[in-house]
Parts: sequence; structure tokens; C-alpha cells
Amino acid sequence: MFGTDLTIDQDILSIGSSKHDAKSRPIGSGCLHAPPLDLNPTSFPLAPCPDPASFTRSNFASACGNSDSHQQVKFAKGTTTLAFKFDGGIIVSVDSRSTMGAYIASGTVKKVIEINPFLLGTMAGGAADCSFWERNLGMQCRMYELRNKKRISVASASKLLANTMSSYRGYGLSMGTMITGWDETGPQLYYVDDDGTRLHGRYFSVGSGSTYAYGVLDTYYRPDLTVEEAIDLGKRAIYHACHRDAMSGSINNLYHVTKDGWVKIHAIDVNDMHYEFLEEKANAMSS
Amino acid sequence: MSILEYNGAAIIAMTGSNCVAIASDNRLGIQYQTVAMDFRKIFRMNDSLYVGLAGLATDVQTLDQLLRFRMGLYELREEREMSPEVFTNMLSNLLYEKRFGPYFAEPIIAGLDEKNMPYLATMDLIGAISKTKDFVVAGTAEGNMYGMCETLWKPDMEKEELFETISQALLASVDRDALSGWGGVVHLITPEGVTTRHLKGRQD
Repeated sequence: MFGTDLTIDQDILSIGSSKHDAKSRPIGSGCLHAPPLDLNPTSFPLAPCPDPASFTRSNFASACGNSDSHQQVKFAKGTTTLAFKFDGGIIVSVDSRSTMGAYIASGTVKKVIEINPFLLGTMAGGAADCSFWERNLGMQCRMYELRNKKRISVASASKLLANTMSSYRGYGLSMGTMITGWDETGPQLYYVDDDGTRLHGRYFSVGSGSTYAYGVLDTYYRPDLTVEEAIDLGKRAIYHACHRDAMSGSINNLYHVTKDGWVKIHAIDVNDMHYEFLEEKANAMSS
Repeated sequence: MSILEYNGAAIIAMTGSNCVAIASDNRLGIQYQTVAMDFRKIFRMNDSLYVGLAGLATDVQTLDQLLRFRMGLYELREEREMSPEVFTNMLSNLLYEKRFGPYFAEPIIAGLDEKNMPYLATMDLIGAISKTKDFVVAGTAEGNMYGMCETLWKPDMEKEELFETISQALLASVDRDALSGWGGVVHLITPEGVTTRHLKGRQD
């Protein structure tokens, strides 16, 4: 914080201690009786102007679509991610393209964030916002485990992230994520985004290519899919999104979540899938 | 987003030894939505003259029609084919006629002149001509294409090497551009005739 007095107190042991933390508690912390270890890094310095929220929103917001075309600082985005629950667990499938305007900045981005061996998060919107806050969520989940001697539920984990998003509402964060995992209540899937929305559901798709992915999911999704069928559906939905959406592409990363935690199933080049599906189509036509 | 980037395009033309090549991608999109993967951006004017048009798809097609019409009139009146130089001036004039409400397309002209020497020219959307001896590029992947051409092009390439060079330059460029790609097409213009080859590109 600007103007925060950083001089050492009378008590020489108070450097970085709860006493200091309690003094410099800016926005969104909500918690008055903070634990000694601050789990919410809510002490980001704000812009030195009368309305820091609006300043940040208009200059650094990583808004989706072209609404940031006027901005000096442009962020990497453009994505297709999807996740669905079925009888054999959960499938999480994503692309790996990162674009800055029309330029393809990278084709090897990891958009599935491994929060811990039982929790996965996906990345859509601002890459920095997603990776920072999901790493932060990982820390909060670990703290919960240590305090309560049991794993956190997906409902609680997603709520922790949603609460963080709510506390920064209006500050131009950009994040559209799915939090999935297996807990005491079985497989769970939540959608959490930057304006604090938190939804429970059977399947979601997020990002610029999500409409294409939804088209495939809506047509072929069934709860009684076998694991092989489910993997194929996750792969196919990402392929169709990557084919039509200019901002999605490159590699399809796919994860399967079971009661024993998540397993990475594959990382396939979307272009190879194109010819695989083309051949499949030709065979179907001839028979 | 500029209206020149609304549909997406990538076009390159290069000279070789007594030959020229012109290549384009196949995508037609509406901003980030890919609509077609077989869209024509290079047009044959005569056996030794091709023009590539990068920009707004509707203006690309309108300009092709207009150019064919004016070429036809010239050929009927003069009873001879139009040379690349004359064609460039005609196109420049055609574009400047719409100085205050231009066609949103940047043309690339590639061909062989009367002495079978390579001819390359480009212009902006209101007709400012610029002639080069090595290569010209236009489209949304312009920066990428300049980078590739600067590194791969060398003088006096034979036709097969020229084909290889222009193809690699195009494919590498569009793989780093979201608005172009989905395969391409190359026309190799030589005094003996034109060979057209289709390139298989990434489908994402």
C-alpha cells in the first residue's frame, strides 16, 4: 500500500508479524481477526489516483473479445476449455493456444492447472489471473488440510476462489474457470468466474471456442458414457472448437478424474485429429 | 479491429530466375470465426499475370470482377494482352477513383513482362504503387511473412527452389497468425506456363 509505514515497531519482533499485517489491510479482506499467516494476498498496491478500480479497469483489464482494443496493455487470451461429469468420473479437456490480437503467442500453454492430486482447475481469460489465483487456491486448500486433517471438498474449494473473485469485483480481473475434483461426495464440477459467479453443473465449456464445444457436448453427452467414449467426446469437442475458432488450437490436453485423483490421458496435436476424423467420416460414408 | 483484418488473409509473391511465384492461404473468416477454407484470393489476369488481393472479402471479389472487365475492354480495343506494368497503373487508377471511400483491399501483382523478366508490385488500398525485385507480402500475417521472406529468399532461385521457399515462408507465417491459414495455394509463373499446387496446412 502507498504510504504504509514500514518502520520497525518498538517491538523488534513485529516485522512482518500479525501486528504489521493488521495495520495494512486494504481492500476486500473481509476478515477482521486475521490469522497470523495471511492467506489472501489482498495487499496489492493500487494506482495512486482517486478511483483505482476504474483506472485499473480501463487500462489493464484483460477483458474478453475486442473490448480492450483501446488499451495500451493487451493480454493473452482466446481459449476453449471444457469439463463434464459422467458415470466414470470427470473429463477435463482443453486446447493450448495463446493469442495476443491475431498473433499466436504460444501453442504449448498448459491450461489445466493441477491444484493438488485431487483438484483440477482450468484456465480461460487472463493467463496471469488464472494461474496466480488458482495457485493461491492450492495454498488455501493445503492450509485447510493441515488445520482440519482432511481434504477440502470441491464445493468449499470453489467457494474459496469465488470469494476471492468477489472481493476483487470491478478491478478488471479476467478469469473463467472450472474447478473439478473427487471428494467425499463423489465427482464434483463447478464453474467460477471473475465476477464471482459460482455454478454447479454436469458439463461446462468456457472461452472463445466454447460455443462450438457446447454444440458437440449438447449433441453427444450422456451420463452413462464409458470412459473411452467420454475421452473421445472430450477430444472431439475440443477439435471442432479448434477447427472453427481462430483463437483456439494446437494441442489438446485431456485429464480424467477418478476417486483416486486425476490422471493425464493425452496431449494430441489438433491437426492430427483433423485427418483422423476425416478418415473416419470417409469410412462412414462408404459403408 | 481494422476492416482490412475482418476476413483475414496472407499473400506472398517472390521472384526467381526467369520465374515468379504467388501464394495465398485459403481461409475466409468473420473475425475469429472461420467460415470457409477454400476461399480464392489470387486471380488469373492472363497466362503471365496474376493478382493477389488481401483484405475485405467483398471488395476482393468486386475488384476481381472490375479488373476482369477492364482487362477485357483493353484486349478487345488493343487486340493484345496487357503487360504487368500497364495493369499496375490501371489498378492504381481504379483504386484512386475511390480515394475518399476506398476498396478495403491491398493488391499484389506478380507476373512476367514482355521480355519474360520477373515483375512484382504492390500498392496500398488507394493505389500507391511500390515495385520490388525480391518479394512482396500482404495480409494479416504481414509481419510474420516479412520475417520469413527476409530469411529464406535469395536471388536467382530456379523454379523448384522458388516453389519450396515460397511454400515454407507461407506455411510458417500462417501458423503464427490466428486469422489466416487452413491450407494454401501456390502459382508458379514461368515462360513455359503456370503450375498451380495446393498446400496442405494446419487445420486450426
